[in-house]
Amino acid sequence: MKLAIKLAFKNLIGAGLRTWLNVIVLSFSFVIIIAVKGILVGWDRQAKNDMTEWEIGGGQYWHEDYDPYDAFTLEESHAPVPGEFTPEIEQGDMVPVLMTRGTIYPQGRMQSILIKGIDPEQTLLKLPTNKLDTAVAAIPAVIGSNMAKTKKLEIGDYITMRWRDANGTFDAADIFITGIFTTNVPTVDVSQVWIPLDSLQSMLLMPGEATTLTFRNREKARQDTGEWKLMTFDELVSDIEEMIKTKSVGQSIFYIILLILALLAIFDTQVLSIFRRQKEIGTYIALGYTRRGVVGLFTVEGAMHAILAALVGAVYGIPFLIWFANKGISLGVSSADYGFAMAETMYPAYSLGLIAGTTILVLVATTIVSYWPSRKIAKMNPTEALRGKLQ
Amino acid sequence: MQNNLIIKTEKLTKRFPMGKSEFTALKDIDLELITGEFSGLIGPSGSGKTTLLNIIGSLDSPTEGQAIVMDQSVGQLSAKEAARLRKQSLGFIFQTYNLLQVHTVFENVELPLLLLKYSSSERKKMVYDALDWVGLTDKIKQKPPQLSGGECQRVAIARAMVKKPSLVLADEPTANLDAANSHNILQTMEKLNEELKTTFLFATHDEKVIAYLKRKIYLRDGMIDKIETAKNDK
Repeated sequence: MKLAIKLAFKNLIGAGLRTWLNVIVLSFSFVIIIAVKGILVGWDRQAKNDMTEWEIGGGQYWHEDYDPYDAFTLEESHAPVPGEFTPEIEQGDMVPVLMTRGTIYPQGRMQSILIKGIDPEQTLLKLPTNKLDTAVAAIPAVIGSNMAKTKKLEIGDYITMRWRDANGTFDAADIFITGIFTTNVPTVDVSQVWIPLDSLQSMLLMPGEATTLTFRNREKARQDTGEWKLMTFDELVSDIEEMIKTKSVGQSIFYIILLILALLAIFDTQVLSIFRRQKEIGTYIALGYTRRGVVGLFTVEGAMHAILAALVGAVYGIPFLIWFANKGISLGVSSADYGFAMAETMYPAYSLGLIAGTTILVLVATTIVSYWPSRKIAKMNPTEALRGKLQ
Repeated sequence: MQNNLIIKTEKLTKRFPMGKSEFTALKDIDLELITGEFSGLIGPSGSGKTTLLNIIGSLDSPTEGQAIVMDQSVGQLSAKEAARLRKQSLGFIFQTYNLLQVHTVFENVELPLLLLKYSSSERKKMVYDALDWVGLTDKIKQKPPQLSGGECQRVAIARAMVKKPSLVLADEPTANLDAANSHNILQTMEKLNEELKTTFLFATHDEKVIAYLKRKIYLRDGMIDKIETAKNDK
């Protein structure tokens, strides 16, 4: 093997430009696969991080009737917070949120919204709820920048908000916008108004009740409790993982095409080599190589393209990928367009597993396309190969 | 080896398929060569000399009969055993040199030793010795395209001789060389034959080579026509 590697390296370097063309094209595959996959890994990481900070913490309890995709369930999906959670809530490690449907009338236009009540003193989520702890004539409210933009609201605006209480009676009051936050998590922003939990509980005639309970500690063993269904962190991020998986398939097609082009070039080189280098093959056999040994030598030679490509790719790829990781890529779309956590600028993240996995993928693929034509050597007549006669 | 016999063929026949029929390249060849001989298979093109050389070199196998090279019946060797025989005991010299073009002179000569797994220091010494025999120690870093035809063939001789094989098979070694270079390399081979007692078997129809041979085996139409033990008439 050591000899095959030594000879293969020598032969590759000796082949000059042809080798370097193949190596450069293959190195593009390396760098692009890592860059594209890095975006997806970065997206996944950023989305989970943003969701953890803004919405789901370490997981949630949902009222058993709560369905985030069906606003009509909100009328029924509330219950008193179980006493067993009181210590966690008091320590700030759990945040109850009460939700209901409502309507606002900015500039006289009727707009459906989701009203969410949250403790102004909570620190578990990144929401600027401290701005709810304000004494004003109306109900203090914070909204996201997307909500502010689409509903044309600003800090200091008074708007009328209408809702139905637990008895189904319509009621209305003014809210006062005390803060606007910017987030990549549309599910805490789009068409939502955050007000103090106490206010909402008294508005709905639901004292001590909540729709969801968000907790901090992901590691703690938990289970369903009464009407409350445990939603683990993994369950809560499963949608985004599915979405990224779908995106990953689409983007894979792009780099698979590039990889196939590079592999075709190597396959072509290998096929040509076997025709052009028959005399050399015969010579190796005459010197004492077995045919299997020569097949191995040519396979190693082809596979070595991948090793050289990894080295060449590292030379220009490492600075490029570092620059790319710092600069990020602006996708030109807002998270609200997608409906789930997505930063406008995506910062790729590269893991050791990603780099090792890509290297192994390219190495294995290159070895296979190198071995394929090399098998022909095993059927070659050495006496005719020595004369360079095409077989 | 029995009675110093290095090669023995018995009723050696080789036939090649030609369409639906067969072409007989060698027929009932009975031949014996003793260690240290400097002999040649002589005959026109198509007489079967290269075929016989290839069979003796375990690159091909007989259709009938047998070729015993250093007590091993070539036709019965597995591919691995045949490769081992070539690697350990045989050296080849070709008409077109068959040097590896991207390797230096040193690396070309070193190749058989790499296959035999000699240490780096042993390889270095043996390669220098071999290049010294052929007078090319000053060209070790050059590559074949930078050498003349004569120099290339001398590198090929060094490559064949570096492991000090028992038998060197040379197929038309002077066919691409001018007279001066031909004599030069033949003298080199003759010297190595005398000093290292290596057996040389040529396949040739070149008069310059024939003049150096101590035993001349004439082939015609795949059969031995005559064998002459000639005095050196170069």
